[in-house]
Amino acid sequence: MPVTIAIPGALRGFADDQTEVEVEAATVGSALNLLTDTYPELRHHLYLDANTLRNFINVYLNEENIRHLQGFDTVAKAGDLVTIVPSIAGGA
Amino acid sequence: MITLRVNHLEAMRTHGEQDYPHECCGLLIGRFSGNGSKVVSETYPISNAREEEHKRNRFLIRPEELLRGERYAREKNLEVVGFYHSHPDAEARPSTYDLEHAWPTYSYVIVSVREAYAQDLRSWEMRADRTQFDSEEIVKGETSCR
Repeated sequence: MPVTIAIPGALRGFADDQTEVEVEAATVGSALNLLTDTYPELRHHLYLDANTLRNFINVYLNEENIRHLQGFDTVAKAGDLVTIVPSIAGGA
Repeated sequence: MITLRVNHLEAMRTHGEQDYPHECCGLLIGRFSGNGSKVVSETYPISNAREEEHKRNRFLIRPEELLRGERYAREKNLEVVGFYHSHPDAEARPSTYDLEHAWPTYSYVIVSVREAYAQDLRSWEMRADRTQFDSEEIVKGETSCR
């Protein structure tokens, strides 16, 4: 089913400058896999290894962080929006 | 290159002074234009989410806050093009900690605040290979003020 993935500005350059990518997927994990299969450079920025997101990467399904749902196994429905949101930190 | 209006510069300096001796932080909302340059339409202050004892030299923007800012921007047909934060009693240049947590493409504006008064303000952009920040030119209208 069609799921839309919103690409943050910082990573857009690794996805042909697209703001959104639509994929056919039943779970958030498979949606992200399809995205990174198409744009392999994105995988390096999103994942620590095959199945672990980097600490400062958060993935939302609509309003909910998937860490608070079923992670990559979270079921996605047609029309759902997956958003990749980095945590922003720093300091002197 | 990042284009900022005088009121944006003033807003970031004022935020830094108000939150001194803690670090302030916020979003830069605007548009990416050609050649990786950005044009800021507005600053979007965010409450520093770090623990009280670490706010003097650390800031954190929670993903929920960033998401809220991104939605706000999207409603205006804009997007988040960078972030700003203050360095209380320190230089307006990125620390190693800044580098470890930065993202490519975005602008990182840092305002130095010494004894509650904002001083130097500079913008930086991290290289895609994450090795270092480069100084980014700040343009005020037609006038370059690097």
